[in-house]
Amino acid sequence: MTSPASSHLGRYPAGAAAFPHRGLMGIAGLARHEILFLLDEAEQWVELNRQPQKRDDRLAGLTIINAFFENSTRTRLSFEIAGKRLGADVVNMNASQSSVKKGETLIDTAVTLNAMRADAIVIRHASSGAVALIAGKVDCPVLNAGDGSHEHPTQALLDALALRQVLRERGGSGEIAGLRVTICGDILHSRVARSNMLCLTALGAEVRVCAPPALMPEGVEAMGVAPFNDFNAALEGADVVMMLRLQQERMQGQFVPSPREFRYLYGLTLDRLAKAKPDALVMHPGPMNRGIEIDSNVADLAGRSLITRQVEMGVAIRMACLDVLTRTARGAEGWS
Amino acid sequence: MSAAEPLLIVNGLLVLPEGPLVKGAILCEDGKIAALGDIKRREGVALADANGALIAPGLVDFGVFAIDKPAFHFGGITRAALMPDQSPVLDHPARVRFAAQSGKPDLWVHPLAAATRGLEGVELAELALMRDAGAKAVATGRQWISDSGTMARLLRYAAMLGLVVVAHAEDGGLTGNAVATAGEMATRLGLASAPSEAEALAVARDIALAEMTGARLHLRQVTTASALTLVCAAKQRGVAVTAGVTPAHFMLSDLAIGDFRTFARMSPPLRCEADRQAVLEALADGTIDVIGSGHDPRGPEDKRLPFADAEPGMAGAETLLPLTLNLVRDGVIDTARAFALLAGNPARLLGVEAGALSVGMEADIALVEPERPWIVDSDRMAASAGNTPFDKQPVQGRVTALWKGGAALG
Repeated sequence: MTSPASSHLGRYPAGAAAFPHRGLMGIAGLARHEILFLLDEAEQWVELNRQPQKRDDRLAGLTIINAFFENSTRTRLSFEIAGKRLGADVVNMNASQSSVKKGETLIDTAVTLNAMRADAIVIRHASSGAVALIAGKVDCPVLNAGDGSHEHPTQALLDALALRQVLRERGGSGEIAGLRVTICGDILHSRVARSNMLCLTALGAEVRVCAPPALMPEGVEAMGVAPFNDFNAALEGADVVMMLRLQQERMQGQFVPSPREFRYLYGLTLDRLAKAKPDALVMHPGPMNRGIEIDSNVADLAGRSLITRQVEMGVAIRMACLDVLTRTARGAEGWS
Repeated sequence: MSAAEPLLIVNGLLVLPEGPLVKGAILCEDGKIAALGDIKRREGVALADANGALIAPGLVDFGVFAIDKPAFHFGGITRAALMPDQSPVLDHPARVRFAAQSGKPDLWVHPLAAATRGLEGVELAELALMRDAGAKAVATGRQWISDSGTMARLLRYAAMLGLVVVAHAEDGGLTGNAVATAGEMATRLGLASAPSEAEALAVARDIALAEMTGARLHLRQVTTASALTLVCAAKQRGVAVTAGVTPAHFMLSDLAIGDFRTFARMSPPLRCEADRQAVLEALADGTIDVIGSGHDPRGPEDKRLPFADAEPGMAGAETLLPLTLNLVRDGVIDTARAFALLAGNPARLLGVEAGALSVGMEADIALVEPERPWIVDSDRMAASAGNTPFDKQPVQGRVTALWKGGAALG
């Protein structure tokens, strides 16, 4: 395992200037080299996580609070494992069993968490902008684990890491620039789509987004992506196909006639996948609705589906984020 | 201090209903304007020196959500038309009567009766009883009445009673749970949004129904190019329709909601820049008749929340005049038209003898230094809460003295 300091030498500004942010609110505020810095930092944790002994104690003594105001299994678990593997004490706060239900305001909850002297807070909330609101009221770094339909930055980072890794394994440079990535599904309600649009375009990919008109946000072209309603057309020449589920929980009213009809137009089947490049990669942030937006035989396609790899990379990316964001407080060399 | 004591304000620039500013004085007797122009002082008449300031009508703020006397007086507002969206709703004659008395003597509140019970848009409220209890018009509140049949019956009935119907124009089906206007900003922020056509659709229907029923319709806020085109065409056909706007929609575009700033959460939501330009044009060409503050002071419990969970609205009474005077400085309108938008036209809509400097009108008078600079500070506002999207912005124009019915305030 190479030390991060030496492998990064000369590629990024020195010390804290490599990532001069207090927290991670979204991809929107990040420069290309800052994204690459986090991806490179994560590489060492990918290695560690594959060892039988997965422990690094650099965050020993630190307390990380996972404050999830919206249900989550995989993201919460991923953050929890990430914190624990770095030696931190990780505490989970579940909104359904907290005073949020008793009418406490979000700000009061934030102030309470702050008073407990957390060293980092990971937040998921159903309202866009809620995480930034809390971040403004606490002294420690805040990581956005998904806010409404706004952003889910660690998901986009782990997607880029998974993609880069597989491209390297295939003998390439791992370069994302120039790839054609088609993101299909409920673009309107998806924070994963927004963070990925920002991240992939920042890394130089050509991004297409595909959805029925009702699930396509207006003005999305301004984010540097090409909108499609026709999935077959959107798939043409794609190097990567990223599928998203229908976010029924954020829909008020009917956006598609039925899941069956959605699958008919937008489901990723083997036949449809053939319209993309011959070796095109398949991604999905999960949770999947097999048989709706993605068929089982596509999701499980060996050598093409990155879905479990994405989950694996999630832990590494979150370890990198927790490490980098606590360096100043820990007085790491060049970061204090 | 007695309203009956005659008062002569000299050495000012009179803002008359039309035309340029005129140097002169104003005489108030028995609470009314008795004379204007070059007036000699008589024995027993109190004297006030305007020191060259504008002598203007006190503002008639059309469509406020709270009675907030300190903010109103700071802003030169002597009368306010109160929206029915109160707790409890102004859908009962007794509540209307109480509200009508609540500001006197130094602020006159003109309640707008709730068009439907509980503002639910289903059953008509007792409009005749509320009119005779002091309601000056009928309003649909923050909501659009989605049932066209109900709206048609409301307009017919209000026409018979001689009451203007004040409508909120946003098609509920398109709007849904939207908190922003569809476009790049809402997309980047991941906020539920509705197309700006939601306004044009509602305006088109309400104009058609007003035309059919012969009712007088006032669209409290028209904020999009397409809806303003409809209003302009309807006026040319002779439909009795008028339109209003608040300064937020001619000062700000939806860029202001960046970083999820809840103080910029409005209803209807802020629009794109092209729509803002259309509002400015409509102010210049006469399509828009009224500028109101939409005063809605909201404390942190309503505003320090995630954007979509926060209440819409801003505390606007203090900034209403200076932001409107921006339009004069920018050459969009002249001073006389500014005060027609702020006082004369809303007074006419309410059917009250005020809002203009003419003999016989109520002596509601403001002295205004139109160039005087000051900085908006949300921490130190006269309003009961400081939720303004104009925080820390320099503005010009300040009220230096105010009389209600010839009696000095403050």
